[in-house]
Amino acid sequence: MGKALPQPVENFLIELGRFTQLVGRLFAWTPRPPYDVRELFRQMVRVGLGSIPVVLLTALFTGGVMALQTFTVLRRFNAESYVGTLVGLSMVRELAAVLSSLIVAGRSGSAMGAELGTMRVTEQIDALEVMATDPVHYLVVPRVWATVLTLPLLVVLADALGIAGGYVVSVPLMGANPISYLHASFQFMDLKDLFSGLIKAAVFGFLIAVIGCQQGFYTTGGAEGVGRSTTKAVVLASIAILISDFFLTRILF
Amino acid sequence: MTEPKLSTPLEAANPGGDAVKIRIRDLMKSFGPKRVLDGVDLDIRNAESLVIIGGSGTGKSVLLKHIIGLLKPDSGTVEIDGVAMESLSNRDLTEFRRRFGMSFQEGALFDSMTVGENVGFPLTRQTEMTAAERRTRVEECLDLVRLSGVADKVPSQLSGGMRRRVGFARAIAVEPEILLFDEPTTGLDPVTTALIDEVIIDLNNRLHTTTITITHDMESAFRIGDRIAMIHQGKIVAEAAPEEFRQHADPRVQQFIHGIADGPLTVESAAFSKN
Repeated sequence: MGKALPQPVENFLIELGRFTQLVGRLFAWTPRPPYDVRELFRQMVRVGLGSIPVVLLTALFTGGVMALQTFTVLRRFNAESYVGTLVGLSMVRELAAVLSSLIVAGRSGSAMGAELGTMRVTEQIDALEVMATDPVHYLVVPRVWATVLTLPLLVVLADALGIAGGYVVSVPLMGANPISYLHASFQFMDLKDLFSGLIKAAVFGFLIAVIGCQQGFYTTGGAEGVGRSTTKAVVLASIAILISDFFLTRILF
Repeated sequence: MTEPKLSTPLEAANPGGDAVKIRIRDLMKSFGPKRVLDGVDLDIRNAESLVIIGGSGTGKSVLLKHIIGLLKPDSGTVEIDGVAMESLSNRDLTEFRRRFGMSFQEGALFDSMTVGENVGFPLTRQTEMTAAERRTRVEECLDLVRLSGVADKVPSQLSGGMRRRVGFARAIAVEPEILLFDEPTTGLDPVTTALIDEVIIDLNNRLHTTTITITHDMESAFRIGDRIAMIHQGKIVAEAAPEEFRQHADPRVQQFIHGIADGPLTVESAAFSKN
């Protein structure tokens, strides 16, 4: 092989090639039977249920902090009445999706990298292939679609808790009027805002699961390799979330 | 699903006239700078039991993984019944593998499943058996390797030797036409080893399964092999029926059979690397 490309560029291209190939195989295998609905559901529970407490806590406090911050700034312009609007729109359009996704990347993306990585180094993936079972069909398809379906559900919860966090800070703490705060929260919010957050969440879910599975799938080098895959699954998924968030925001608004 | 076309006729390859089931020609494989297979030529006849011996790191497992299409060769071919494995698409390869069973060195059991689910897995994926039929078959297979009653345990509750036996049971569950065993008896006590050997001989006699077994255990090799092949430095250096093999003139073969430290085989050459 010629050494024409610098190592980081070569590595990036290898990762990108594997990602594209895995996505291709994912879409090729998704419509093919047998459809393992039970496994899909099991993965949804694994991705979703365990993440709920952390996602809720994060959303609640983020909403609270946003209210605190914007309250002090907006008061300078006598615009405190818009705190609810700001917190609500920020959570629904942006923060709930990004924060929940980063949490899921840390919990589930890493778990997928570790699980598939261990299966790879202990020859369990080879064993699947030997038993006429495509590992992408059996392992990757349910994990990816489960994450795509579950993340938006988590985001709905995060939306609600974020707004609640803003309310808790503004109304009891800062003495805002409860009716006008809630009114401000939803006055400028339409369904498009809500859906754009959910679409983002679905895309992030897709990225998290594909990257996690990809890292696991191409693991080499025993226990150390599994550790490396797990770390890379989280780091790359987080980067992918943040970068794609920019472009999604450009497209959606 | 399209069954890959089998371009039989099977060719007669040797004076005995048995049909060749698996034909390997000039198989090369390197990992980085390390050449593991360096032009392997080997014919495996239909319904024969071939044993492949060789030191650690000589490419035995790599050869096995080429036969079942888990690895793609750098060059050379593996043909099963005249079909070149490397020419099959991913999907056709998956279908083609229904004819194979393989047991892995460490068992490669799915640790998210019970022992029973592991052994039943190929039955679920590859046969139309009902749940009751599957249970019966799983029990039969576990019985064969003297592990009845562990079906509800999970792999992490078993010893290494037991896991290996479960892997063996899983490989034979569907009674495929070609069986590959990667060190099925390494680390097992002599009695269990003899038992596994008997199961291999029985499958071979009763179902005319083509069997390829990798082993270090010369006693096992002589017991189960219709033919023994030795791989060294990525090449087949000797192949013969057990009696002939025992008398083989190659000093490397004699050294390996008798387990002598000094001789043409050195530890370095066994952990072969060629830059």
